[in-house]
Amino acid sequence: MRPLTEEETRVMFEKIAKYIGENLQLLVDRPDGAYCFRLHNDRVYYVSEKILKLAANISGDKLVSLGTCFGKFTKTHKFRLHITALDYLAPYAKYKVWIKPGAEQSFLYGNHVLKSGLGRITENTCQYQGVVVYSMADVPLREITSRRRGRQ
Amino acid sequence: MSLGGAMEGQSVEELLAKAERDEAEKLQRITVHKELELEFDLGNLLASDRNPPTGLRRAGATPEAELQALARDNTQLLINQLWQLPTERVEEALVARLPEPTTRLPREKPVPRPRPLTRWQQFARLKGIRPKKKTNLVWDEVSGQWRRRWGYQRARDDTKEWLIEVPGGADPLEDQFAKRIQAKKERVAKNELNRLRNLARAHKMQVPSSAGMHPTGHQSKEELGRAMQVAKVSTASVGRFQERLPKEKNPRGSGKKRKFQPLFGDFAAEKKSQLELLRVMNSKKPQLDVTRATNKQMREEDQEEAAKRRKMSQKSKRKGGRQGPGGKRKGAPPSQGGKRNRALGGRMNSGPPPLGSKRKGGQHQGGKRRR
Repeated sequence: MRPLTEEETRVMFEKIAKYIGENLQLLVDRPDGAYCFRLHNDRVYYVSEKILKLAANISGDKLVSLGTCFGKFTKTHKFRLHITALDYLAPYAKYKVWIKPGAEQSFLYGNHVLKSGLGRITENTCQYQGVVVYSMADVPLREITSRRRGRQ
Repeated sequence: MSLGGAMEGQSVEELLAKAERDEAEKLQRITVHKELELEFDLGNLLASDRNPPTGLRRAGATPEAELQALARDNTQLLINQLWQLPTERVEEALVARLPEPTTRLPREKPVPRPRPLTRWQQFARLKGIRPKKKTNLVWDEVSGQWRRRWGYQRARDDTKEWLIEVPGGADPLEDQFAKRIQAKKERVAKNELNRLRNLARAHKMQVPSSAGMHPTGHQSKEELGRAMQVAKVSTASVGRFQERLPKEKNPRGSGKKRKFQPLFGDFAAEKKSQLELLRVMNSKKPQLDVTRATNKQMREEDQEEAAKRRKMSQKSKRKGGRQGPGGKRKGAPPSQGGKRNRALGGRMNSGPPPLGSKRKGGQHQGGKRRR
């Protein structure tokens, strides 16, 4: 377990900033406690200081996970965001997309969402923008990159 | 066909007689008559024939036939003995169980040289110290049983104590347990060192360093590889200008070990650096990368100089070399002055910097470029 290097932090922030933009500052600097990012077995965990101090007592090979896993670094040092990060990123999302209940199931099983399946969408979403997909009941489902231009 | 019948009857008799004769021959072959019985050591599959070799002496110049007959007879006797051994079945094969060998075979290797005495043995001999006979087991009060004197679950195990009183003059905040463990480790290491030294003395060899070549040349591929790597780096320029063989590959694991921030570093500092990084990322205008800017500047100046020199050389070709030295003089000062003015020496890289290296605050290679 170790803190991230500069390079790794930059790569990770670039990825996350695609979805939440400047709100990333609110993740780094929280009013309700000191949270930090730690790397363990190529996975990045977002963990409070308290939990980190407890986790330090467990040996590396026995430690499975701590805090929230945000994602992992691949072998070629690219950052892959995991769905476990959704809880922390969804509130700060800049661009949101709501999908109709009919398209929701299809989306959850991995298919693309057609334009007819979109309920609402944030204004000014450009092409290839990172968005958070919500269901009609305002439940965040996933984060994706939009393919087509959003409705203006 | 009575004639045929009679003939058949005769042939049957002949066959029977022939069969009987064959049987007799076989038996004859199996049983061998010897004046003196052979001595068998079935454990070694050995049969010793003590009969006087009169047949061989009679044979004279070419004893091959006699020798072969003798060998056949003796082998037959040995195999007869083997057939008499108790047999057992091992995985669909009938196997005879051989007894213990009785013959003592001579030494294969020469007698070992007497080893030189260890330091302790020399000292003990000098002082006349004899080893005291000690009991194997010692009574252990704590556990209430007889325990070994040393080793696994020994009687007075220092390391298993749960309470250590802080000795009179020691620092109360010192970790006595850690101290004990450390002391033990040191003792073990010292013992190991002395053992290796004794061993080296016994073999009259230097303890081989990790980068050494074995005197007899019997070394594994890894050892030779390591020795070669160390030899390559043992030059005045630390292996920088060593040529490689045509198909030689890069040595593995020759990079620097990375150093990471400590796990509980300064949280505030970490937060600050991350916020700074975010600020830089979010700012709209592109940040000035100092090294890349300097590289670009230097490259432009190089190109200008090269263009000027080309022009001068062309002119000198036409006008007979009058402008040449003047042109060169003109070209030199600005570049040198420019180089000195630049505080940071940039890297001469046109591509993006490799992962993990610092971009700001360049490296030395740019400065050494023109020598």
